[in-house]
Amino acid sequence: MTHISNVVRWFADPAHWNGPDGIPQRLVEHIQISAESVAIGAVIALPIGIALGHYGRFGNLAINISNVGRALPSFGVLVLAFQIFGLGNLPILVALVALAIPPMVTNSYVGLREVDPDVKEAARGMGYRELAQLLRVELPLAVPLVMAGIRTSAVQVVATATLAALIAGGGFGRYVIDGFAQQDYTKLAAGALLVAVLAMATELSLSAVERLLVPRGIRLQRAPAARRATAFKTA
Amino acid sequence: MPTGIFLDYVDPWVNWAWLSTHITLITDALQQHLLLTAIAVAGGLALSLPMGIAAHRWPSLRNPILAVFGVVYTIPSLALFALLVPYTGLGIVTAEVGLIGYTILILVRNLLIGLESVPPEVLDAADGMGYRPTARLLRVELPLALPAIFAGVRIATVTTIGLVTITALIGLGGLGQLIDKGLIENFHTPLVVGTVLSIALALVADLALIGAQRIAIPWSRDTTG
Repeated sequence: MTHISNVVRWFADPAHWNGPDGIPQRLVEHIQISAESVAIGAVIALPIGIALGHYGRFGNLAINISNVGRALPSFGVLVLAFQIFGLGNLPILVALVALAIPPMVTNSYVGLREVDPDVKEAARGMGYRELAQLLRVELPLAVPLVMAGIRTSAVQVVATATLAALIAGGGFGRYVIDGFAQQDYTKLAAGALLVAVLAMATELSLSAVERLLVPRGIRLQRAPAARRATAFKTA
Repeated sequence: MPTGIFLDYVDPWVNWAWLSTHITLITDALQQHLLLTAIAVAGGLALSLPMGIAAHRWPSLRNPILAVFGVVYTIPSLALFALLVPYTGLGIVTAEVGLIGYTILILVRNLLIGLESVPPEVLDAADGMGYRPTARLLRVELPLALPAIFAGVRIATVTTIGLVTITALIGLGGLGQLIDKGLIENFHTPLVVGTVLSIALALVADLALIGAQRIAIPWSRDTTG
């Protein structure tokens, strides 16, 4: 019980809400590096996944990317990036982007692959050219899984960004890593709670965005994408 | 020990001389990695099978079970370990509570996918042949769900092998110990060996499970989740 009340007291202490090691500053750092990594990852991964799914070729490549992506030990990737690029944000960004790519490739591939061939044929019959068919027919139908991929990546990146504190990164991981190093179990638990809440908030807010983006016509049609999305957990 | 004291010393990515004198360090790490993974997947299966079957039989349990383990799955492993440490200490109990917790969502979800994909005609035929519910479950539904269950075990195994490295921060780690050593001593060889072996172990385990599936249920095609 004293442990829990210590953690409550830690959060109540105004000193933990100010300055470079305060919660607001750490939150900004955590969100900033995560958002940048997911955005860069999406620019690389989505065109690949969408193209593979649209042309329906190299399906094994998409599956292998998901297997290797799942096998990547985030801890090792971060430390390797640190050894290659040295101190700073660059190694963290490189490692997080690498970990963000596989879920987005795989899920967008599956999303486009699952578009009913009859629908594609109907689009062709109505005179859609290939690009229009992709943009106006296939992509809207694939939105649930494309978004599920982005959400999965984002949650993984937020989780892995915690480990970035091991290579001198900022963010909430600072409290966790410093808590371990100083055997300060109060700071450790406070940091862990902040990280868990941030991961959950990422999941929930991106689910809300997903619901907004899914065309009304297909909303009730199938099982929720959350349940069909390919699972990834690397941190 | 290369520590950068000599200014002209460049630490190679793999120092073969160090490697050849530290084989037991590496095999011990590998062994621990395998043990932690095996306990997590076996424990996860032991808990997921009854939960998945219960969720299939009583649909009102389905969403609560998936929701609870969905929340667990979302919690970053380092945060979960950190929250558990004051109660379960630094060590294997903390590691396994977390690792098993993560496998459950994957395994229950795939078990449900498998059970739900059994065609209604098959169930009707089994009923018509006089199977009672338990016998129908054991001899008709579960065997037909096996490909999806195998797919779940493969995902859970590969995921766990990656996550085990993070338990280095609570005093275990398997191959993660080597990564940690590389970080602390600023020494490339154990870092590279730990990372590469962890990826290789995951891919080999995946192939081994595909092989096991071909032998155990030769009628199934590969299904990847």
